Amino acid sequence: MIPEIGHFALILALCVAVVQGTLPIYGAAIGNSALMSIAKPAARGQFLLVLTAFCCLGYAFADKDFSVLYVASTSNSQLPLHYRLAAIWGAHEGSLLLWTLILTVWMFAVTLFSAHLPETMRSRILGVMGLVSLGFLLFMLTVSNPFERLIPAAPDGRDLNPLLQDPGMVIHPPMLYMGYVGFSVAFAFAIAALLGGNLDAAWARWSRPWTTVAWCFLTVGIAMGSGWAYYELGWGGWWFWDPVENASFMPWLAGTALVHSLAVTDKRGGFKVWTVLLAIMAFSLSLLGTFLVRSGVLTSVHAFATDPKRGLFILAFLAIVIGGSLILYAWRAPRVGLGGSFAMVSREGMLLANNVLLVAAMGSVLLGTLYPLFLDALDLGKISVGPPYFDSVFVPLMAPALFLMGIGPLAQWKKANLPDLAKRLRWAFGVSVVTALALPFVIGTWTPLLSLGLLLAIWIATTAVIGLRERLTHVDGHGLAGRLAAVPRSYWGMLVAHCGIAVFVVGVTMVKGFETEKDVRMNVGETATIGGYTFRFDGAQDVMGPNYTAARGTFRVSLDGREAAVLYPEKRRYPVQNQIMTEAAIDPGLLRDLYVSLGEPLDDGAWSVRLYHKPFVDWIWGGCLIMALGGALAVSDRRYRLAWRRQEPAVPASTRPARRKVA
Amino acid sequence: MKPRHKRFAFIGLGLLVLGVATVLVLNAFQSNLVFFFTPTQVVSGEAPKGRSFRIGGMVEDGSLVRDNDGLTVHFIVTDTAKRVPVTYKGILPDLFKEGKGAVAQGQLVADGTFVASEVLAKHDENYMPPEAAEALAKAKASGAQQSKSLVVPQGRKDSL
Repeated sequence: MIPEIGHFALILALCVAVVQGTLPIYGAAIGNSALMSIAKPAARGQFLLVLTAFCCLGYAFADKDFSVLYVASTSNSQLPLHYRLAAIWGAHEGSLLLWTLILTVWMFAVTLFSAHLPETMRSRILGVMGLVSLGFLLFMLTVSNPFERLIPAAPDGRDLNPLLQDPGMVIHPPMLYMGYVGFSVAFAFAIAALLGGNLDAAWARWSRPWTTVAWCFLTVGIAMGSGWAYYELGWGGWWFWDPVENASFMPWLAGTALVHSLAVTDKRGGFKVWTVLLAIMAFSLSLLGTFLVRSGVLTSVHAFATDPKRGLFILAFLAIVIGGSLILYAWRAPRVGLGGSFAMVSREGMLLANNVLLVAAMGSVLLGTLYPLFLDALDLGKISVGPPYFDSVFVPLMAPALFLMGIGPLAQWKKANLPDLAKRLRWAFGVSVVTALALPFVIGTWTPLLSLGLLLAIWIATTAVIGLRERLTHVDGHGLAGRLAAVPRSYWGMLVAHCGIAVFVVGVTMVKGFETEKDVRMNVGETATIGGYTFRFDGAQDVMGPNYTAARGTFRVSLDGREAAVLYPEKRRYPVQNQIMTEAAIDPGLLRDLYVSLGEPLDDGAWSVRLYHKPFVDWIWGGCLIMALGGALAVSDRRYRLAWRRQEPAVPASTRPARRKVA
Repeated sequence: MKPRHKRFAFIGLGLLVLGVATVLVLNAFQSNLVFFFTPTQVVSGEAPKGRSFRIGGMVEDGSLVRDNDGLTVHFIVTDTAKRVPVTYKGILPDLFKEGKGAVAQGQLVADGTFVASEVLAKHDENYMPPEAAEALAKAKASGAQQSKSLVVPQGRKDSL
């Protein structure tokens, strides 16, 4: 009964989506406020309906209702409750339901925080989001219904893929989807603006916080996925340039470009057309990511569906969304007009260069990801594009962008003076170069890439300090603390996010430069040394988990004769799917991770063992979290809160004389 | 600078970045594309010597042998028509099993052994890597043709 209620709620949600996607947009076009006012209740109703459906599916999982096909194929009576609930998004159908739920959550949020928007704008935004959700609901109800019954019911379920039975898995997909789907708000803003033909600084100001929040979620989501791969796959890598990872990374690159381009549109009214294109691009890439990952085109832990109808549906949906919005763009963008002019050497110029580099990097990732798929589809042979390709293209494109990151925030808008910039930045440059050259020698080995990475990281950090110091001289406040508090949060956000990049770069550079890895055969009592740490293997015991059995090894790690850590890596066997899984043991630290994973049992209690010493690896994820923190700081800035509180749009009357009349 | 000149400068900058990106991409493609070959293609000498490529198929039952160091393994990858011996030093992925599909990346050495630098087995027990599945399908298709041309015993012997 409960699953049928969920199914019915989805059908109702589809009906609401049809109404929400058509009438308000039409109403905005003809200026009928009765039609426009439908948007808000429709969006809220849709949210409640999809939430109902989601809860019904959750109930079916909690209740172990194996007469529901999806529940039977992704959970098991032995599976603990929290993983049964996480299994809602453990496979294709449920993760689409999550996608749709999150889309309606964003819709609901728009209805809450849009009091300051003109009614035409709001109804168009909600209408566009309704259309997107229409596509997903239609998809679920036609080819991917999570509530499909299995008659007769299975005695027990097939269990969740053991790789996904992990706390990281519980939180990674919702985070990632919050980011993916969050770009739909920026997309809806852009389409609404194109429909209305009024792109201006106010539009950018409204859409900025939404974009930044989505970007934060995406950043955290990607970082979590990377962290999960690091400790769960047992290979000690944190990024494999796997197509699935690229699928989430491309929207991030486009979104990063969008966040910066929106800043220019907001502050200077420039880059309008480009910003709109980026908004379309970011959301299209999110959809493409969903398609690539969920259609079964790519093979990975994420690829569930091998039903060709599903792939076809997503492809068609993709074509309609991307094609439609690009046609609308080509039609309406010329009316938008260009922003103010600016010189090559100016903050706009550097942000533009940064945008071009980010998009070029995104393009190269896209090419490397899709090229093998094209060749395969055209039957021209099977190839794979490995990490070396991405490394050798990505690094040269990103290095100048990182360098510009140091200069851009210090350059004036419109026109900056190069000699003046050089003067202000000279000590930062000196410090960076000297440290970057000297530091590797102090630590051990010197390689060009090591120095480059450190140079860029220190450059970003030192220029941030200079920027802050200059900023402090311009604000009023009592003493240092007062002046620090007077610096706007959005500026802090920018600094923090940039420092996050610096931390991330340090992590990547140090791991690449100094990590050591060893595959060894270890008998009980034997030791192996790696990175100065001595690992002693004390044998392996059998242990029982709730739904698995495992061999658990004991490793005592010592540094200079003192015990540093005791690690318990496991080799688990999940009987339901008869799957073996490596559970690595990690001793995390600020300056290094120690990582042990068990290979295979050999004769006489010996095991083949993989040992890693990974300096600074946690800085990679720490950097991502700092970036997201920066985004959160920027969103909490006063100007947005004021805008939300006020009914009137917070735009100087001079820039937008007659907009309210349109409504 | 006049606005027009400025626009040209911007377009020039954009093209420059695009050009650099293209050069980088082509260069990287040139040296980093990894092609895939089936065991049949490898045995018939279609695979390149001295260049890394991928080979996929089934790990033959009973072919896994481990050296005394506990790390070096030897096994045979087959597409049921031809077999290629593979050597790998390191820890095999969890899902690597005899009788299951696997993909290995590495180079062919003079004696016809494939020295793998990486062995891939995917995340799911019942899942066959598409490359491996294709190798098997191809061999099956050509096997059907062979049976018509009466060279089955040869093929059979190879796959034993």
